[in-house]
Amino acid sequence: MPERTATIASRSGLHARPAAIFAEAAGESPVEVTIAMAGSPADDALDAASILSLMTLGAAKGDVVVLRAEGDGADAALDSLVTLLETDLDAE
Amino acid sequence: MQNFQGVGVSPGRVIGTIRQMPKPVSEPPSGEQLAASTTAEDAVAGLKAAAQSVHDELKARADKASGDGKAVLEATALMAKDTMLLKSATKLINNNGSSAERAIWEAGASVSEMLHNLGGYMAERATDVLDVRARIVAELRGVPAPGIPASDTPFILVAEDLAPADTATLDPAVVTALVTSGGGPQSHTAIIARSLGLPAVVAARGVDEIPDGAEVFVDGAAGSLSLEPSEEQRAAALAWVENAATLAVFDGNGTTADGHLVPLLANVGGAKDAAAAAALGAQGVGLFRTEFCFLERDTEPTVLEQAAAYRGVFDAFPGKKVVLRTLDAGADKPLPFLTDATEPNPALGVRGYRTDFTTPGVLDRQLEAIAIAADETEAEVWVMAPMISTAAEAAHFASMCDAAGIKTPGVMVEVPSAALTSASVLRHVGFASLGTNDLTQYAMAADRQLGPLAELNTPWQPAVLRLVQLTVAGSAEEGNGKPVGVCGEAAADPALAVVLVGLGVSTLSMTARSLAAVGTVLKTVTLEQAQELARLALSAPDALDAKAWVRAKLPILEELGL
Repeated sequence: MPERTATIASRSGLHARPAAIFAEAAGESPVEVTIAMAGSPADDALDAASILSLMTLGAAKGDVVVLRAEGDGADAALDSLVTLLETDLDAE
Repeated sequence: MQNFQGVGVSPGRVIGTIRQMPKPVSEPPSGEQLAASTTAEDAVAGLKAAAQSVHDELKARADKASGDGKAVLEATALMAKDTMLLKSATKLINNNGSSAERAIWEAGASVSEMLHNLGGYMAERATDVLDVRARIVAELRGVPAPGIPASDTPFILVAEDLAPADTATLDPAVVTALVTSGGGPQSHTAIIARSLGLPAVVAARGVDEIPDGAEVFVDGAAGSLSLEPSEEQRAAALAWVENAATLAVFDGNGTTADGHLVPLLANVGGAKDAAAAAALGAQGVGLFRTEFCFLERDTEPTVLEQAAAYRGVFDAFPGKKVVLRTLDAGADKPLPFLTDATEPNPALGVRGYRTDFTTPGVLDRQLEAIAIAADETEAEVWVMAPMISTAAEAAHFASMCDAAGIKTPGVMVEVPSAALTSASVLRHVGFASLGTNDLTQYAMAADRQLGPLAELNTPWQPAVLRLVQLTVAGSAEEGNGKPVGVCGEAAADPALAVVLVGLGVSTLSMTARSLAAVGTVLKTVTLEQAQELARLALSAPDALDAKAWVRAKLPILEELGL
């Protein structure tokens, strides 16, 4: 299964506005994307399109997360979501 | 022309169309099952459709909003169709045969609790999940969404009562007046209306039956609402627009016509309020409600955090008096680190100064923080304890202040026992401030939030005025001219303010919006006339007569629509 790691760049972590922007983007991608903290079992991965899941994940700035997806367009979707996570969305 | 009579709590005369505030969404009964005619599949589809339409509505509102409000609405809209929430509700429908309403209710509760337990920013979002849940249930039931109706055109809001949380969504540019069927003169609706300067009537029975869109005339001073406004009422509403402009400016000099000075101070809850009050001409702060800096906190703020919050208020009033009230937790303002939420009778429980009996140390640390903040500013800082009942408590509080290096300790007089023994209480401290909201509630044994008791719960009660008089007399007996001020809502009523001055009160502290009206009326009477009006009010058999008799002698009130 394609997967990518990304380092959270937003100052406030994956909360508030950055979480909303990311969840919305994940929801719009053609495949289901999951998110987990790096090093945690794949079974614990959460739905990346769920803002409530992202909030309970509690990823702070500098934390490394793993995104996973399967199916047509998975690689492209993952790449664009990684870019989003590695942008400081609080600065916009 | 049909008339509804309630209690006027914030002056102003306006004409407008009404919108009813939808009733809060009730909890679907525990264990509620799918109707026999509904399959689980249909219920899940219905839930998804309802969630989608709640999402769309919130998203549409977010698109029109800006700033912080926009971000919160965007996040809330996403919660409405969140997979975590909907999957757990779907599971309850499929596995337990729950109704869609009950399923989303329970799913929302567990997600909200999870966020609450995470603390910090997440805990603040927990209530958003509950709001989304209520909206989805309303959508499933086909009833209007809870909360203040969204509207682009101004309207008069009619509700049963408003909660403190409603203030956040109340836009004074859209809501032109507030009318409630419940609540009393000291209810949250009244306090919100006065702080926003909105005309308001509370405890007006029957107003919840008026249909949406009806045109009405509201008189916030007379406490009335009329259907089908007359020509006179239309003229009165026009005149109010002009009066309101003059009543918005206070010249910063509280005095009677003959030059007896009565400084007019503001009640504030934090630095933002304080800056607004200073801009409105307040001559200082008569009540700084410190607990408002920390209402959302689960844990005690550190000494330095507290000092920073207090300094924000002190800095708005360099060279002027700022009277700070130590944490007044309990009853309707619980603080988890101080109060026991399980008390059967919180208004008579461990609240205010009394929390020092059960949680010693918090008050010492607060006094330490106040002393640090006071040292760094030019404000003249006075500190008072809420809910003092005996001279011994006053003495103990004064010794704590002394130990912390605070020069001017004082007490709130809210408990009738403190009013009755004010000479001995004042021997230990430098000043007293009458909290008329609680003093009325305790003197009349009437819960201030209850609509049916609104008539009892007014500071116009001759018994309450008598307690004010006794407190002032106690100060005279004590012999050192220690000031007795008023910092309850009573001070914001221009007619009652005159009576209080006549009773010998030395300062009046109120919501900053009321300063100009009180200052304007006070300037029209001499001290002797005020004393005469005070005697008149004390001689009245009841609150209604006391108010009517005094108002009849102050024609300027009618002239200005106050």
